Amino acid sequence: MRELSLHVLDLLENSLAAGASQIRLGIEEDTRANLLVITVADNGRGMDRETQALAVGPFYTTRTTRHVGLGLPLLKAAAERCEGGLELHSEVGVGTTVRVSFQRDHIDRAPMGDLVSTLMGALLSSRRGWDLVFTHRFDQHEFGLDTSEARELLGDVPLTHPAVREWLESYLRQGYEELYEQGAG
Amino acid sequence: MPQIKSLDELRNLRQQVERDISTRRHTGTTIIVGMGTCGIAAGARDTMHAILEELRKREIDANVTTVGCIGMCAKEPLVDVEQAGQPRVTYGNVTPDMVPRMIEEHLVKGQVVEEWVVGRLQSS
Repeated sequence: MRELSLHVLDLLENSLAAGASQIRLGIEEDTRANLLVITVADNGRGMDRETQALAVGPFYTTRTTRHVGLGLPLLKAAAERCEGGLELHSEVGVGTTVRVSFQRDHIDRAPMGDLVSTLMGALLSSRRGWDLVFTHRFDQHEFGLDTSEARELLGDVPLTHPAVREWLESYLRQGYEELYEQGAG
Repeated sequence: MPQIKSLDELRNLRQQVERDISTRRHTGTTIIVGMGTCGIAAGARDTMHAILEELRKREIDANVTTVGCIGMCAKEPLVDVEQAGQPRVTYGNVTPDMVPRMIEEHLVKGQVVEEWVVGRLQSS
């Protein structure tokens, strides 16, 4: 995929498909250590050892509509091209954590791309009853969103409501502008 | 200098929205974008973004939601338009540049863009 943020969306969709009610997304950019790390941790149904080994290969999928699953293997290849790697930790009934790292300035490292659209794609998921805790750290600066806080303030009004959706998108865009301004300064 | 947004603004938004939410539920349109690996790789996220932009530009209140893979990977990005009392219409290979026409004809004029349709589901 052309952007890392597309891989992030794919990981979030995996967590949702695993029935997670809590998803933590962490993105860390450390310019001094020259490291970019993306972590997605969920409390979904998890995978046994055998399934974990299969999941990073191209011919495994839980879906019944087709026979290949390319999400994790594509991401693993993207990380390994950049002197990084993909680690998968999972336990049945507990959840799954995917941690993927990249050498930040590697020539083959895909751009982060439009993370706001990625977050909106996940937040607009038709699956109900789950929360996302998202943090993006850029050196010492940090920006994030906890949907459970947003939900509490919104009561019965869903995150997918058009007015809420527009507000969230501009909130995220503004947060990102500031994060990168601070990071550059 | 734009004012910094705070999550607390959602409290006010909630009050505004609660006043008109009941009408929206009955008359509303829902647009559903396929967001499995196949959809994402084919550009579904950008299509979703184009839909959100077009709805905002035209001030159309429609729900937008995302779903996983439904098995028609070759036709991704897939976009369903669901309107009360109408069959659910599935459009295939929807790129961002197709979005304005889809919204203009289907949502505004009420005419399905037949040449892009790949499936229909009768409303229950």
